[in-house]
Amino acid sequence: MGVSSRREFVALLLGAPLAAALGCGGRARIPPGALVGTGMARGHAVVRDLAAAPAVPAWREHAVVIVGAGVAGLAAAWELARRGIRDVVVLELDDVAGGTARGGTSAVTRYPWGAHYIVAPQRDQTELIALLGELGAIEGTAADGTPIVDEAMRCREPEERVFYRGRWYEGLYLDAGATAEDRRQLAVFRREIDRWSAWRDAGGRRAFAIPSSRSTADPEVTALDRMSFAAWLDARGLTSERLRWLCDYACRDDYALLAADTSAWAGLFYFAARQRTAGAAAQSVVTWPDGNAALVRQLAARAAIETGVAVQRIDPGGEVVAIGPGGAFGVRARRVIVAVPSFVRRRIVAAPPGATVPAAAADDHGAWAVANVHLRGRPAEAHHAPPAWDNVFRDSPSLGYVSATHQRGRDRGPTVWTWYYPFPGDARKARTQLAGASYDDWAEVVLADLERAHPDVRGLVGHIEVAFWGHGMIRPRTGALFGGGQAGGRIALAARVGRLHFAHTDLSGLALFEEAFDHGLRAAREVAEALG
Amino acid sequence: MAAEPAAPDGGRRREADAVRLRATALYLNVFVVAICGLIYELLAGTLGSYLLGDSVTQFSLVIGLYLSAMGAGAWLSRRITGELGRRFIEIELAVAVVGGASAPVLFLAYGSVAHFQVVLLGFVAAIGVLVGLELPLLMRLLEGQVAFKDLVSRVLTFDYIGALAAAVMFPLVLVPRLGLVRSSLAIGAANACVGLWGTWLLAGRLGAGRRGLRLRALAVLAVMAARLAMAGRLTSWAEDEMYADPVVFSETTPYQRIVVTRGRAGFQLFLNGNLQFASADEYRYHEALVHPAMMAAEAPPRRALILGGGDGLALREVLAHPSIEAVTLVDLDPAMTDLARRFPPLGELNHHAFGDRRVTVINDDAMVWLDEHPGTWDVIIVDFPDPNTFALGKLFTRLFYRRLRARLAPGGAVSVQATSPLFARRSYWCIIETMRSAGFAVQPYHVTVPSFGVWGYALARQAPFLPPTRVPALPLRFLNPPALAAMFELPADMAPVAVEINQLDNQALVRYYEKEWRRWE
Repeated sequence: MGVSSRREFVALLLGAPLAAALGCGGRARIPPGALVGTGMARGHAVVRDLAAAPAVPAWREHAVVIVGAGVAGLAAAWELARRGIRDVVVLELDDVAGGTARGGTSAVTRYPWGAHYIVAPQRDQTELIALLGELGAIEGTAADGTPIVDEAMRCREPEERVFYRGRWYEGLYLDAGATAEDRRQLAVFRREIDRWSAWRDAGGRRAFAIPSSRSTADPEVTALDRMSFAAWLDARGLTSERLRWLCDYACRDDYALLAADTSAWAGLFYFAARQRTAGAAAQSVVTWPDGNAALVRQLAARAAIETGVAVQRIDPGGEVVAIGPGGAFGVRARRVIVAVPSFVRRRIVAAPPGATVPAAAADDHGAWAVANVHLRGRPAEAHHAPPAWDNVFRDSPSLGYVSATHQRGRDRGPTVWTWYYPFPGDARKARTQLAGASYDDWAEVVLADLERAHPDVRGLVGHIEVAFWGHGMIRPRTGALFGGGQAGGRIALAARVGRLHFAHTDLSGLALFEEAFDHGLRAAREVAEALG
Repeated sequence: MAAEPAAPDGGRRREADAVRLRATALYLNVFVVAICGLIYELLAGTLGSYLLGDSVTQFSLVIGLYLSAMGAGAWLSRRITGELGRRFIEIELAVAVVGGASAPVLFLAYGSVAHFQVVLLGFVAAIGVLVGLELPLLMRLLEGQVAFKDLVSRVLTFDYIGALAAAVMFPLVLVPRLGLVRSSLAIGAANACVGLWGTWLLAGRLGAGRRGLRLRALAVLAVMAARLAMAGRLTSWAEDEMYADPVVFSETTPYQRIVVTRGRAGFQLFLNGNLQFASADEYRYHEALVHPAMMAAEAPPRRALILGGGDGLALREVLAHPSIEAVTLVDLDPAMTDLARRFPPLGELNHHAFGDRRVTVINDDAMVWLDEHPGTWDVIIVDFPDPNTFALGKLFTRLFYRRLRARLAPGGAVSVQATSPLFARRSYWCIIETMRSAGFAVQPYHVTVPSFGVWGYALARQAPFLPPTRVPALPLRFLNPPALAAMFELPADMAPVAVEINQLDNQALVRYYEKEWRRWE
């Protein structure tokens, strides 16, 4: 793209005012960098080649094949290993494992490419506690049995700050200038969250639990899925702009949606699930310099992973046909764990004769752009709220940036900022509009956005890497979780078919580490049981 | 003025008026020049006594040398024969340059030149000679226009009145409003103005070279104005007014703003506006910080680690112990350790500790460095600035103290500067309790440092211990056995209070600290 079309690109992503500022006083410097692949090209090639099924020259045999080395697949592999099941192989399309929880490494620090935190586990999340224990991230147990996450991994204060009209403010909720009515509405909202965090059904299950499979099936709660989060807020007279901004931010952050399109169940889940009970502080946020990639590394530590392998077809009888770097091959497995997103599953899983594999055709995956900005030094800071882990621009459609060196306590000198940009609108349209964007176009968007708060940042940037996740995460639109004509909710999608078991965050309808992990564990348990 | 063309008869009276006016203007020049001359002298005297102390000697030397140099200038004036107007203007410009630059150059020289006094006196002599040339030349320029008795009386009158004006302006307006550096530049600019004005006033005597001279005067004026603007940026008005004593060194590093001030009682070092030490009483602070830990260690310590303390003063105390074989000092800011190494007054104060072969300096964040570098030390001295930011607050967390504990050799001891138990009682006990929560056995103690007030520390080991009772056999100025014993007795107003443990994800200490110190500001 030339400069004028670059201006259009900036206008498309950040709005006209920033685009107008672009190019004033000559063309601004674009630091070196590159677009980083997310397996998109290879994925699209698989789709193109599906019709022409390759001849399979050789068949391998394994006890278990796991297709997909994202969090769900790796969690399954990890759990199978814990259960002493050997001869497990993981096939991954991309060149690296981890899916959207992958990370990168520079001479300065590790940094995330996607998901960057989990919520500290409750005492019943035994496998997650075990995983954190392997990482040395559990330092003890509280009197009530709740594990205490090691101080080094509990998100360091200050956790968040928000940039608004020329200065930074602590926290995400903009308290400065809030009216009495704003504060009253915030208090009403908090009381609602308190109520839901304390809510238990007859069986003692929470309304909103992490993972979501531990949440109640009570219709009073699941009915929330039928309305949007915005409608739920409207119904309670919660119209304060500050509060609504916070709710929209939460939805964009976790779901790449606006509150108007998000299931009220998902909106409340975001706030209530991470609070143990009424009045309790939110559970700690647990993070590493490279975010959840630290968890991925541990999950993958002992797994046999083959990357660059495009699986073409999975048969309910346990046959997997794939093309790897060395050509086509087949695997006959006693059990297969299909740990791929629903749009892939739909294309590669063959239905058994006379049956259909349930698949949520309506699943909607949101698009994301993520940039890692490698800085030689820190921009000047005014004496307002100091740099935080998560640094948000209130007037931007981006989510702001996370500093990779914050948690380690390196507050000066070089660092990496991970910049996130969700596309809350029509993902198909976003994918089409953004397909032709060059590195320079993306870099200009990233820098123009950062320059809102850091006018001197451009000169400090060494290089930038940009990734575009075209199908970044499943989105919990209104009705997508418990409605949508799927009797019994989404859990039907997870039911085994022949020798196939399913694991993926898409089965929850929410893209969260804990969901993917939960499905991976469940699939592994099913397989372990089946293998005896 | 002889060179002027004869005017027609009717214009003769007007011409006489013009001559009188020019003469008056030249008397005004005498007045301004006299002010400038005395102010350079006062600047030099003040700078000398600020930076070198002993104001009687400094002022005597400066006044004596300055007056005698003026005498030399007056004597030399007879050597100037032709082009009096041009010479006068050139001398004005020279005074502007040398005098205007005097204070800024002297401040710079103080940090890097060993024989500062020589530079100071050199400036005084140069300015004196130039100023000494001014009056004789001015008088010769006015010669023949008025009777000699009137000339002498008027010139000297304006000269002495100028001196009075300078003597009043300097302490009441210039130093408090502009500070030394800007005063020096402003007075230099005044000299340049006199020179520039002279190119019109003495136009008749200058001939063809007038334009070149005028350009030179403008150039000098522009340089002075630019420096004045820059000085304004480098040390803000607010900063000058913040410190009671003149700022003799300041630098903004990527990590902090370092300011050294010098007053009658010695030096003070400020980081981000917070006093780190005053040379007059730092020995109390540093003896109390270092020696109890050295004596609390099970065996005479051989390997010491100092975290923070880039000024080298804790290092000085550690190195005094003959048992010490190696010291590692970790300070975030290379500019701070460089200053302590190269700034002569600081180097003198820390006994050139950074030149000791036993010392290794590392410029890194202590939190990260502790995590990444294995090894243990017999004694660890923790001397960070007070926890007034989140970036500093992390260095007082349980996580940090756990890492610290892992770096302590068995039987070793740690001491930690822990802010004031009197002014910030909750903060102090938060540090003590946080260390305890990390597994340390802690003995709280305190000392009075006049510049700071009552100051608190934590002495810690891995297992329960009693406070030390012996002091090292070193020539100490503060610490003796009764003083040591008294440090570990806590009065009622510093007794423990209930506090939260400071952890990475709550930074409770920063919030306590902010609240407590706000009351005293």
